[in-house]
Amino acid sequence: MSPAHCPTALIAEDEPLLAAALQAELARHWPELQVLASVSDGPSALAQALALRPDVLFFDIRMPGMSGLDAAAALADAWDTATPGAKSFPALVFVTAYDQYAVQAFEAQAVDYLLKPVQAERLQKTIQKLRLTLAATRTSAPDFEATLNQLRGLLTAPPTPQANRLQHIQASVGNAIHLVPVADVVYLEAADKYVRVLTASREYLIRTALKELLPQLDPAQFWQIHRGTVVNSGCVALAARDEQGRLNLSLRGRPERLAVSRLFAHQFKAM
Amino acid sequence: MRGWRWLLASATLNTVIALVLTLAGQGHGLGLRALGVNLLYSQCIGLAIWALIDLGRVWLTPDEATQWPRLFGIVPSGVVLGYLGGTLAADTLLGKSSQGGLALLQSGQGLGLLLMSLAVGGVCTYYFMSQARLASVREEAARASARAEAAQRQAAESQLKLLQTQLEPHMLFNTLANLRVLVGLDPARAQAMLDHLIAYLRATLGASRVTRHPLRDEFDRLADYLALMAVRMGPRLTVSLDLPAELGAAQVPPLLLQPLVENSIRHGLEPKLDGGRITVQARQADGRLLLTVTDTGQGFQAAGTLADGRSAGGFGLTQVRERLHTCYGDQAAMEIGAITSGGTRVDISFPLSTVALT
Repeated sequence: MSPAHCPTALIAEDEPLLAAALQAELARHWPELQVLASVSDGPSALAQALALRPDVLFFDIRMPGMSGLDAAAALADAWDTATPGAKSFPALVFVTAYDQYAVQAFEAQAVDYLLKPVQAERLQKTIQKLRLTLAATRTSAPDFEATLNQLRGLLTAPPTPQANRLQHIQASVGNAIHLVPVADVVYLEAADKYVRVLTASREYLIRTALKELLPQLDPAQFWQIHRGTVVNSGCVALAARDEQGRLNLSLRGRPERLAVSRLFAHQFKAM
Repeated sequence: MRGWRWLLASATLNTVIALVLTLAGQGHGLGLRALGVNLLYSQCIGLAIWALIDLGRVWLTPDEATQWPRLFGIVPSGVVLGYLGGTLAADTLLGKSSQGGLALLQSGQGLGLLLMSLAVGGVCTYYFMSQARLASVREEAARASARAEAAQRQAAESQLKLLQTQLEPHMLFNTLANLRVLVGLDPARAQAMLDHLIAYLRATLGASRVTRHPLRDEFDRLADYLALMAVRMGPRLTVSLDLPAELGAAQVPPLLLQPLVENSIRHGLEPKLDGGRITVQARQADGRLLLTVTDTGQGFQAAGTLADGRSAGGFGLTQVRERLHTCYGDQAAMEIGAITSGGTRVDISFPLSTVALT
């Protein structure tokens, strides 16, 4: 890295005035920061982050196409860390109008969080932290693991108390409703607006979103392994890495192999 | 249950009457024997009267609330028959010749006793009936106040929910963030945006105070909200408000259309990459007002759940449906449909009225 290296950033914000204002504020308080691009939706945020590989990402949470959180998770999954000398994962700053994630706790953590309207003082604090983080990444390995942990925490809803857990999944097949015991489910997969429920012998389609279903399942038994995949841990035969270092699961009772997202790979470490 | 309490009260009263009669020197002097005789007659007559009136009450006035005037017949008949039967029974028990009852009626003393029985029977029945009615009135009042309380709570909850959806923090803070930027960038535009926000807040917070307002005002409030959204969404939002001048005075429940327009924005246009158009239209046909909200968003079905996990549609639509029902009953209709080219269309109709309600 050349000494002349300027830190770079990507802004993803769907409201044009707010995007312009953030960029202007950054220019005032952090003149050497180079904003490589400003995009206004989730898919573009993911694509541009992968293409431009900036040091810092400012992601709005509620964006068209894909939320800022989902875009960051997808980015973490797609980020290349295997190649020697590969650029480390960007520092993440989420920008949101409403503090629904109770993020005061975030201040000391890997992922930063700004509330709209962005106040100059608060932004300066973020900038200071980012400068330190960026200086540290040049000398030592960045804490990608901490970022992953925090993203996972933001993306997964807390499980419901045991008493309210699902015993059966009710799936309609023609005119009948099948009661599928949750223990028989090998894995669940989000498919467009449906969820595919796969048992050893057959497949059902239900209309409940995976996000709503997941908190009603026993977290010890059902593990989320990808944004759209939840597996019955009792049906996992083995987890193996492929040539690119990606984790894949072989199952008992189903021939498919399931990809494990980087965000959820921590569940498959050797004891 | 009530009958048995009356029986106990009746037996007690009979004892008191026997004591009074004995003390008053009725019968055969002041001895224990006289008391015993008076007690026997008193209980026999009193209990017979009680039994006849109670049976009459149960059989002939099953619906006390409306049939209570029948007691005017039941009580005297019960008293006379009970008096005769009771006397006969007491005579028999004492081994007297059973000419007693009727013969006694002819004597002055007998008539006096009968009249007293009538008075006592009437007063007692009146007393117990009014006690019972008082209890049921109290019960009814308690039930009614519980119902009123529940209805009030429901109304308050629904009002709160409405406020929460209309003053959705995400909308409010994003609007304020935009304002903050505009203040520095374009003060004139900031002022205009602030005016829209003020009108929107005033309408939202005061919407419960009137039951109807002119359609013209309804469209103005929608324009305020959509102007705020247009600043935020920039070129992604196109708006078309179509209100024929002659329908401006039509009376509508305030902010009826607001949740529909908000749904179109939040679930239809905001999540869509290139945004789209929202159209609100008013028409009339056959004395009915037809209101239509159309958007070219990603559609009602596809919206599913939002990034933050809240489900689409839901409360907004339910609330509009409930308000229509409260205001117009079966006279109102609401239809939600998907548009084949993408987007959602909601049609509402109800009787056209230009008479202002307050």
